[in-house]
Amino acid sequence: MRYLPHTDNEIAAMLSAVGARDLEALFSHLPADCCRSRPMELPEAMTEWELDRHMDTLSGRTATSPRYRVFLGAGSYHHHIPASIAYLLGRSEFSTAYTPYQPEISQGTLQAIYEYQTLVTRLLGMDVANASMYDGASALAEALLMAIRITRRTTVAVSKAIHPHYRDVVRTYLRPTGYSVVELDYGPDGRTDLGGTAGIPEPAAIAIQSPNFFGCVEDLQAAARTAHADGKALLVACFTEPLAFGLVKNPGSQGADIACGEGQSFGIPRSFGGPGLGMFAAKKDFMRSMPGRLVGKTTDRKGRRGFVLTLSTREQHIRREKATSNICSNQGLCATTAAMYMASLGGTGLRELAELNHDKCGYLKAGLAAAGFRLPFGAPTFNEFVVTFPADPDRVYRRLLRRRIVAGLPLAAWYPELAGSYLLCVTETMTRQDLDDLVKEVSA
Amino acid sequence: MNASIGTRGLILEEPLLWEKGANGRRGMSLPRRDVERIAVSESVRGDQPDFPDLSEVDVVRHYTRLSQWNFGVDTGMYPLGSCTMKYNPKTNERQAALAGFAGAHPLLPAPLAQGILELLYLLERYLCEITGMDAASLQPAAGAHGELAGMLICHAHHRHQRRARSKILIPDTAHGTNPASASLCGFQSIPVKSGPQGMLEPAEVAALMDEQTAGIMVTNPNTLGLFEENIRQVAAIVHAKGGLVYCDGANMNAVMGIVDMQALGVDILHLNLHKTFSTPHGGGGPGSGPVCVTRALERFLPVPRVVKRRGRYVLSENFPDTVGRLHAFCGNVGVQLKAYSYILSMGAANLKRASQIAVLNANYIKAKLTGAYHLPYDRPCMHECVFTDQIQAAHKVSTLDIAKRLMDYGFHPPTVYFPLVVSGAIMVEPTETEPRENLDGFVEAMRAIAAEARENPELLHQAPVAPKLTRLDETSAARSPCLSD
Repeated sequence: MRYLPHTDNEIAAMLSAVGARDLEALFSHLPADCCRSRPMELPEAMTEWELDRHMDTLSGRTATSPRYRVFLGAGSYHHHIPASIAYLLGRSEFSTAYTPYQPEISQGTLQAIYEYQTLVTRLLGMDVANASMYDGASALAEALLMAIRITRRTTVAVSKAIHPHYRDVVRTYLRPTGYSVVELDYGPDGRTDLGGTAGIPEPAAIAIQSPNFFGCVEDLQAAARTAHADGKALLVACFTEPLAFGLVKNPGSQGADIACGEGQSFGIPRSFGGPGLGMFAAKKDFMRSMPGRLVGKTTDRKGRRGFVLTLSTREQHIRREKATSNICSNQGLCATTAAMYMASLGGTGLRELAELNHDKCGYLKAGLAAAGFRLPFGAPTFNEFVVTFPADPDRVYRRLLRRRIVAGLPLAAWYPELAGSYLLCVTETMTRQDLDDLVKEVSA
Repeated sequence: MNASIGTRGLILEEPLLWEKGANGRRGMSLPRRDVERIAVSESVRGDQPDFPDLSEVDVVRHYTRLSQWNFGVDTGMYPLGSCTMKYNPKTNERQAALAGFAGAHPLLPAPLAQGILELLYLLERYLCEITGMDAASLQPAAGAHGELAGMLICHAHHRHQRRARSKILIPDTAHGTNPASASLCGFQSIPVKSGPQGMLEPAEVAALMDEQTAGIMVTNPNTLGLFEENIRQVAAIVHAKGGLVYCDGANMNAVMGIVDMQALGVDILHLNLHKTFSTPHGGGGPGSGPVCVTRALERFLPVPRVVKRRGRYVLSENFPDTVGRLHAFCGNVGVQLKAYSYILSMGAANLKRASQIAVLNANYIKAKLTGAYHLPYDRPCMHECVFTDQIQAAHKVSTLDIAKRLMDYGFHPPTVYFPLVVSGAIMVEPTETEPRENLDGFVEAMRAIAAEARENPELLHQAPVAPKLTRLDETSAARSPCLSD
């Protein structure tokens, strides 16, 4: 086996150096009743070429572009990824390194993460960002736990226009703790009805997603006013599509206390939903309450600039059960990817790409509206929106599938009141022709 | 420094991203604008983010230079204890990048995602077969996330028994994440002292285990690199009081094909695909931490689960007792399929051999370094062995100095100051993918450093001298944190 370098002669010499008769003897101190009674039953080892063939077959049984035109977003977005990024990620000095505990020989990872943290604070308009979390959903759960720690309150208000899976994850994290989650309804324009907060005594946080699950840009400023009127509650602004902040107002400028969400859009392939990137940022005052790894700037003994993991006294390996989180890693390579992507676009490129997403999506919206379809929500959108198909929408959806078009995400499973409505996503990867074809096919 | 493969070469300086570039440069091709502009209202439109504008060459040089300041498994031996820094096979990268995997949207209708669902279904089965457990969820995104899943399952089990429990036993050799994960579920950690042999003592566990205690979190092999030989008695004590045995599977690389985790009495086990199953650590992630359970606990596993019905695969959330969802989608699928690729490349016989060689390599290093370094527990070790700086302390040389000096010799240092029960611990895990000559090189370097500690300790205090930077000031970094520019 090519990953196991030892020859039989070497094994024999090493066994004699350690005083063992054979390889089995290395385990002779294990109690017999702890050991397996039979060998593992697994498929026979494949050659590299057999594996390629097997994986090509499995891979071929998934619907992906360009064979299919997939109008799905909902927390996982199709954006072009430059070849330069895939190539740079192949640098195994990045990919095969561990968490940078030994900073002298990890400056590449550390500077890359420091740059990532900086770009994230600039993108979100926040003061401090961590080195990333598992994904957007777990970042939101951690943000709400953080707000509970800061305010010493026990209830969080979560908008129903937050991604349903994110709300599921929040419930999973909070269930054993006894903290409660209250949901805020959405209004007729597709945005959160902030009036719903009136009845909630002492919320630790109000959590709003913008652009929200329906693609609508929320009024975060109003949400911040509502949260802060109470004197203590925090506004947690989450997102699934960070590209939006190339065009729309960022959470920091609207008064968010914590901003968190999914960074997959920035150069990370969808890979059936993971790995993604939990972006997480906060106001400076909350820095020491933040979960997750942090990279800080410092100097070496000769006074040269360098970077280290820092503020680890918040973390589990020192604080153990009193830690701010149990997280002891980040999505390091994904954060590096996102930084490479942001660096490749630059400020002007990000603006231009965000506009392109917005405008292409707007083109499809206008096309569907002109064809007579109902767009139930009036709030401004970025690159996703909800459309209602007329009578027998399932049939329309299935007919389009046969034409290799995945016409968005049916919403009825999460929002029974939106039966017949679909969430459509349009990114820069769709051409005008793709959009015209969709309008033509659904109208047929 | 005859033992050194460390040398000095040309390394280039590289500024921070925003210290280079020029306004108007572009590092990425944007698609053609084939639709008209649509105005955005002032109430929505924000400022353009303050990012530097760079060309593609700027970006490529930047990250290439940064990468050259790093040390990875592909660079050299990385004997980081408890982290299993084995070789990351390149074919795994090829498979994960296939369009049908990398390009798959997680909310595709199931009939359009049969290939990937089948792969996930099979991977769960293989992990169960390798560990001896009955059912698995691939959803946790990292080891600590797998621990959290395990603790949530433990919590849900007791809730269903209508006996809420408030405490959990955690040995003093445990990973720091264990108590942190337990406290997220409201469990108070009760430390259990390991015995003089570095192992759990049944009497100690019996004295602490009661009906308010949810169970025990063990690591086996433990963080001293020793097999917990009393594990079955410990499990019986915990089970007798209605508790569950959770096992941190970080050290599974020692026992594949050898130990049956369920026979040990383990109810819940998490795995680290980025350790045992060869997926790259990525400078801190992404990892993957599947959680495996017994049949009795299967109903609590996170959703969605991959289910096979009439030969077709679907994602199902229809498990009323589930702990719920832990990740927006199905976890780190891109990592999971590298582990699948590894298992298929290895097969049962090679996986077992990998564990055997991992244990042989650790015992070999233990045998070769005993005497030069103090060995706190002189017992047969599994896949890692723990030394201390006790001998070198006489010359005012610490574990940290030894670790830093190893860099000059061209090796990544072992895990240091862990486990906490050993003062000045140096924890070496060579893994099975290091050939004998590298082990010999490492041993020679460690012996040379031991000699330097006696003869010229200042060399060690000044180490490292070969890397781009010398020791960094971590104290002032923490005192006045600067986390962004």
